[in-house]
Amino acid sequence: MTDTAAPPTVTVTVTIDGRTIEAAKGELVIAAAERNGIYIPRFCYHPRMTPVGMCRMCLVEIDTGRGPALQPSCMIECGDGMSVATESEATRKAQEGVLEFLLANHPLDCPVCDKGGECPLQDQTMSYGPGESRFVEEKRHYEKPIFISELVLLDRERCILCDRCTRFADEVAGDPLIHFMDRGSQTQVNTFPDHPFASYFSGNTVQICPVGALTATPYRFKARPWDLEQVESTCTSCSVGCRVVVQSSRNRVLRYLGVDVDAVNWGWMCDKGRFDFEAVNSEERLGAPLVRDAGLLLKPATWNVALGRAASAIRTGLDRSGPDGFAVLGGSRLTNESAYAWTKLAKGVIGSDHVDAQLGDGLPAEAVLGLPRATIDDACRPGGAVLLIGPDPKEELPVLYLRLRHAVRNAGVKVVELASIHTSATDELAAESLRYRPGHALSVVRALLAGDDGAGRPPTSGAGKEPAAVGGVLAEQIAAATALLADRPLTVIVGRANLAESGRSIAAAAAAVHHARPEARFLSALRRGNVHGALELGMSPGLLPGRVTLDSGRDWFAERWPTLPAGRGLDAAGILRAAADGKIDTLVLLGADPLADFPDRDLAERGLAGARTVISVDQFLTESVKQADVVLPAAGYAEVDGTTTNLEGRVSTVSRKVTPPGTAQADWMIAVDVAARLGSDLGLESHGRIGAEIAAVAPAFAGLTHDVLVSPDGRDGVVVALPARRGNGAGPGVEATAVAGVGEPGGHAPTNVSTGDTGADAASGAAADPDLVAAEDPGTTGDGEGEGDDGDAAEPAAGADEGTAEPEPGVALPVWTIIDPPSVDAYSLRLVVTRKLYDRGTLVRSSPALADLAEPATLRLNPHDFDQLGVAPGDDVRVTSNRGNVTVPTVPEAAVPRGIAHLYFNLAGGRANVLIDGNAPVTDVRVERP
Amino acid sequence: MTRFTADNTTLAQEIVGRYPRPKSALIPLLHLAQEQDGYVTEDAMEHIAELVGVTPAEVLGTASFYEMLKREPVGDYVVNVCTNISCMLNGGEELLHHLENRLKIKAGSTTADGKFTLEDVECIAACTEAPCLQVNYRYFHRITHDQADELLDDLRAGKRAHDVPRHGTLSRVRQQIDPERRAGVAPPDVNVEPPWLARNEQATEASS
Amino acid sequence: MTDATDATSGEREIPRIVTSRWDLADGFTLERYSESGGYSSLRKALDEMTPAQVAEEVKTASLLGRGGAGFPCGVKWGFCPPGVFPRYLVVNGDESEPGTYKDRILMERDPHQLIEGVLIACYAIGVSQAFLYVRGEMALAQERLAQALNDAYDAGYIGKNILDSDFSVDIVLHWGAGAYIVGEETALIESLEGERGMPRLKPPYFPAAKGLYLQPTVVNNVETLANLPWIVANGGSAFADLGDGNSRGTRLFAVSGHVRNPGVFEVEFGTTTFRDIIYGERYADGIRDGNRIKAYIPGGASAPWFFEEHLDLPLEAGAVGAAGSMLGSGAIVVMDETTDAVKAAWRVVRFFARESCGKCTPCREGTAWLEKILRRLLDGHGRPSDVNKLLDICDNISPAITWPPRQTTICPLGPSAVSPIASALVRFRDEFFAYCGGEVEITVPIAGKAYIPSPTPTVGATP
Ligand SMILES: Cc1cc2nc3c(=O)[nH]c(=O)nc-3n(C[C@H](O)[C@H](O)[C@H](O)COP(=O)(O)O)c2cc1C
Ligand code: SF4
Ligand code: FES
Repeated sequence: MTDTAAPPTVTVTVTIDGRTIEAAKGELVIAAAERNGIYIPRFCYHPRMTPVGMCRMCLVEIDTGRGPALQPSCMIECGDGMSVATESEATRKAQEGVLEFLLANHPLDCPVCDKGGECPLQDQTMSYGPGESRFVEEKRHYEKPIFISELVLLDRERCILCDRCTRFADEVAGDPLIHFMDRGSQTQVNTFPDHPFASYFSGNTVQICPVGALTATPYRFKARPWDLEQVESTCTSCSVGCRVVVQSSRNRVLRYLGVDVDAVNWGWMCDKGRFDFEAVNSEERLGAPLVRDAGLLLKPATWNVALGRAASAIRTGLDRSGPDGFAVLGGSRLTNESAYAWTKLAKGVIGSDHVDAQLGDGLPAEAVLGLPRATIDDACRPGGAVLLIGPDPKEELPVLYLRLRHAVRNAGVKVVELASIHTSATDELAAESLRYRPGHALSVVRALLAGDDGAGRPPTSGAGKEPAAVGGVLAEQIAAATALLADRPLTVIVGRANLAESGRSIAAAAAAVHHARPEARFLSALRRGNVHGALELGMSPGLLPGRVTLDSGRDWFAERWPTLPAGRGLDAAGILRAAADGKIDTLVLLGADPLADFPDRDLAERGLAGARTVISVDQFLTESVKQADVVLPAAGYAEVDGTTTNLEGRVSTVSRKVTPPGTAQADWMIAVDVAARLGSDLGLESHGRIGAEIAAVAPAFAGLTHDVLVSPDGRDGVVVALPARRGNGAGPGVEATAVAGVGEPGGHAPTNVSTGDTGADAASGAAADPDLVAAEDPGTTGDGEGEGDDGDAAEPAAGADEGTAEPEPGVALPVWTIIDPPSVDAYSLRLVVTRKLYDRGTLVRSSPALADLAEPATLRLNPHDFDQLGVAPGDDVRVTSNRGNVTVPTVPEAAVPRGIAHLYFNLAGGRANVLIDGNAPVTDVRVERP
Repeated sequence: MTRFTADNTTLAQEIVGRYPRPKSALIPLLHLAQEQDGYVTEDAMEHIAELVGVTPAEVLGTASFYEMLKREPVGDYVVNVCTNISCMLNGGEELLHHLENRLKIKAGSTTADGKFTLEDVECIAACTEAPCLQVNYRYFHRITHDQADELLDDLRAGKRAHDVPRHGTLSRVRQQIDPERRAGVAPPDVNVEPPWLARNEQATEASS
Repeated sequence: MTDATDATSGEREIPRIVTSRWDLADGFTLERYSESGGYSSLRKALDEMTPAQVAEEVKTASLLGRGGAGFPCGVKWGFCPPGVFPRYLVVNGDESEPGTYKDRILMERDPHQLIEGVLIACYAIGVSQAFLYVRGEMALAQERLAQALNDAYDAGYIGKNILDSDFSVDIVLHWGAGAYIVGEETALIESLEGERGMPRLKPPYFPAAKGLYLQPTVVNNVETLANLPWIVANGGSAFADLGDGNSRGTRLFAVSGHVRNPGVFEVEFGTTTFRDIIYGERYADGIRDGNRIKAYIPGGASAPWFFEEHLDLPLEAGAVGAAGSMLGSGAIVVMDETTDAVKAAWRVVRFFARESCGKCTPCREGTAWLEKILRRLLDGHGRPSDVNKLLDICDNISPAITWPPRQTTICPLGPSAVSPIASALVRFRDEFFAYCGGEVEITVPIAGKAYIPSPTPTVGATP
């Protein structure tokens, strides 16, 4: 098993080709040789998968004291005193022989093969092969390429049966849908009839195929390797941030390949990330500004006109209502540099704090920045435990799923999942999966931490006939999960599994873990590409760049920016609500499509309609962009340089490879231009300049310069601010208040935290009494203000009493007041809305190869609920909530517990966000025949 | 195209229960499917995949490795003539060619009436009894061309039902493990020393 | 019909250790088995012996595995790492090596003897679940074993608390579905796990340490285990008193091909010679039609061929190994002077090409390529260059064409295809030249001792 986490222990001495080298005991000969610059040819061996030793290309003579014998170096572990000959006569003969055998049935159609020019078989034949083939017999024939999935084609004549793709499918992806079939020289890779290789990770097989047997539809015949130019970058299709290579030819992006980075993606990518490059090249991209004309139609305009319209709208708004009339929604698509530029424009020039990079589908920013951060490696550390209170990682953060799956299978990691429906984590990751009722996450977590049923009763004591349970989870299960989590290093993965369940209750659950287990680390499972970077750079109410709050950073930034907001602004829900009430003059959509993405569509519609002017900075004419008055075309992925931040807080580079369509501009340039039209100079001239300014002014980013990121140590990204790791001298009391930052010892560590009326004491005492954190206060949840008023309950103040001293980065964890929702009434079902990897999102929709993979919407119900509802499987039903209704077909699904109505978010034919009540902790629906 | 009947599903589940890991039951279940339908249908493979908890591709991967598991319909009688070395030395090839002529088909194919499938097979462990053949895996030793003709006639006339069951039926006796008598599966992840091994220590103690 | 024959070696009367019930029409029934002393060894082991003592008797007996590799059975049992349970026993009843015919008779005619052997092994090793893997094509053996197992369960010989003791074991009858390679022990384990029967690489793991489900697993051949009741009843040393050299007790040999009386014979191991068994009246009784012997395969299709000069070698593992071949699975295939050596080689190679599992490149591609070349020769399209090409391909599968074989493959199947080619081509090169259209110099070095004609016959002379 490849277990990179296990530290090398014993060292042994091995002689390879006469050179004495040190190797870790257990290290494979092929790997030890490569580490020392001796390349042994291979086909089946792949460092991230179990060696199988079947291609026999890596045969070398190995002598363990009993004389030299040909052995596969990919299977043999280094042993002390071992002697290896990679260039002996016997080795050479064996390698030549294997290559001749491999070529015997290989079609040698290299001139028309995608792999030609980058083909390990071709290359190794040049280096190690016989001069010519003596094979004069008839070659094996198969039907030329067959589709094994919508994305991947297989040419079995070219296949050399190295077992890489099949091993990947089984061992890494957990989707053994391709397999060896038949036997001997008839062996072939294939699928079962009508069961295609529908894996989210299928593209990896194309990348690791050592010949041109597997090809991907989006790349097939598009280019020859020698025509490709490439640059290393970071994928931003989700927040895992896989390192990739972006390849282009003639100014078109043609392919992404995964780069093997130990800390993140190990070379893997998901298919969405890999193939959504098609969106970059999409014909639908906006290449020129649009302005709504007198006839209310969006018409192309020059930048001059469009910027003028935008600036004058902003100016008019400012004149009418001051900075509070200006709001920005979105920003998680941006680079860190662009996010900084827009924060500076909104908060530092215009003076509005109504900025939110999240669209109500995430977590309170204080939770994301305030909980001590974990890395992916932390979550995967051997023998650790993971508490998953978040989305199905396979659907939202696919490569994190691969890492976790590996850790569970090979490193003894135990996962406890809290989810309201059965997910792929239930099947593949979880040692214990707690099926809780939506809205009860906090109660279940508290029981889990206390090891009882939450009411102080031992978990096994069933009161009365009903077995003891909390939030729908049986006490025995809670006890089993408690046992799994105890005594293991704990990582909590926290995010929004169910978009119909309030993010605050999830944040509160995470906070409860933090207070009970202060050593636990948290991995935020927010999905959007650079949402973490946007938050860290201040794109959230109450925050300023560098993980400081408006209050703690006020003095520092006051000396650096022209102005600052007077007080904490509104979050996405608050902004939309204010807009709906006519209080927003200018609403900027920064790559945001609230009509599709905001969980409460009704509010999003009213908000867009109510804002006086909507300015959209985007790459596509989405549903929301169509509502805008001014549309400014933005450059996108692979068209801009800069940095991005993944869910670990890891900052890594993104790179420009092609030019944007038409006159589209980098987002930061648009901010600069708008500022200029408003008469202000942002002072930002290039992404490099912005990077330098971030490093200089944003506290958490101090010293994180471009040079660091391109240095050998920084190339895989640099994780910013992990207080526990850096040992910032903060005592346990500080730890307990959840300050995240890279505070220097001796600096003024933010010691106490004001959390509003009841908060100050609660927070500092919270470490001792987790229950206080979740003090039940029915008063604040029912007031109809929803999440917008979280900030009121949490006014973090990190006592910046030294004037202009650089503030300590740190965001305090507020107290979220949560009560368990009432149980669902007899006529309703509780709504669960989760995401699918392929949905109607812009990237998928604009990538032809992926667009068809999004399934149509269905209502998934427990098979036993059909009778009671009086509907039959497959029937169309009307689903009605207090917000709206949709009509969708039903599907019986045992993965959905009874009493739950499950919909996927943002699929065609039934938009779940029509139903979700953003104000309420949960949403209940009725299901009827239409 | 059929899945298992209700009875066979019960039997299949019982067979799965004999093994420490369900996937071990794959080949027995594939045989059961072949016994039911005469060959292994795609539906049966999907059903087996469900019963042992793997993907249909994995079932097919295993099934297609083994020669006896037919994935297309075959004749009522599968006639396997051995032509491997011992039989070849004793007229196995001639016997095969004789039967090809008799049945008017090439080895590897099935007669138009669906009665016979003829196969040229590897050693069937009857080398001292060459030449030999099998019909539905029942042996016929030291067989002459005349005897072979007679055998085909008898089969066609349905006179051999007592010793040559239809294709797919291997053992007509099933192993039955009385739950009372069963020792139970030995799960690979439970490390318990079998009780009788304690006799070794007891003996050493007694002798010392 | 085949018959085992009472064997005498010199003056001594040799006991029939594994074939004693072969002549009985109902030897396969529990009644007959019990009447003829069946299950008394199991009783003896349970009542009078500790597991360690049983294992010790087997060691004393020097019982070599009868499946092909000939490894000492008692020693193999001892490789199970202490303290790691469960241990499994897998009975290898996959008999498929061309020329081999003995395990099937043992299973068909005396299934209880095998079952008793299995039980004794489980008791000695500490196995709590055993699997009896029978070759798929052997319907009658499956029926007889199924019946025998059912009867033995009912009689309390198998299952929970066997004979009211603390010994409990299940024996699960399992059968294959047609794949020779599954006889190789790690492929057998893969197959039993429901996988394609592709061998595992050893090292890192040998089955005794990590076998079935990666637990300690003993794989034993049917005939090997069938000896155990006799060994327990009569003691290991009585067994070891028979035979010579490494090879003790009796052993079954199937003699087939161009002999007058083909059959399966139980003979004293290690002392009987090839001449005895091929020419002896009570055995194969000489070559048919009074022909001369041309060559014979001494131990199954994988073995390098022997010739007249080897006839006086004893059927003894060490001696046969030293002469460059093996006794393998106890299968002697005799070819007389009428045999076309090229054709015979092709037929054996075709077998390996068809039965390659496909895992290793040299075996998958090499055996298929060799078969195609030989077929082309037989079809009249040979070229002079084919001679050295054949041998060089052999060399790429089994470097130096030597014995015991070296291999570029995982298991010995690929290299097995080299034996018939090297045997036939070196010894009967003129026949190859005739098919190839010309005489050529053989440039590929060949090291295997049996392939190289001895200047003087090893022992004895042509009869
Ligand atoms: C290609 C190949 C085929 C084999 N076939 C058989 C077989 O059919 N039966 C058998 O008992 N052993 C066979 N063996 C030997 C087994 O691997 C193994 O050595 C044997 O079953 C161990 O049992 P034993 O020690 O009792 O002989 C084969 C080995 C190889 C390499
Ligand atoms: S040598 Fe042949 S049969 Fe053996 S493992 Fe390799 S490919 Fe399979
Ligand atoms: S790389 Fe070692 S056998 Fe394939």
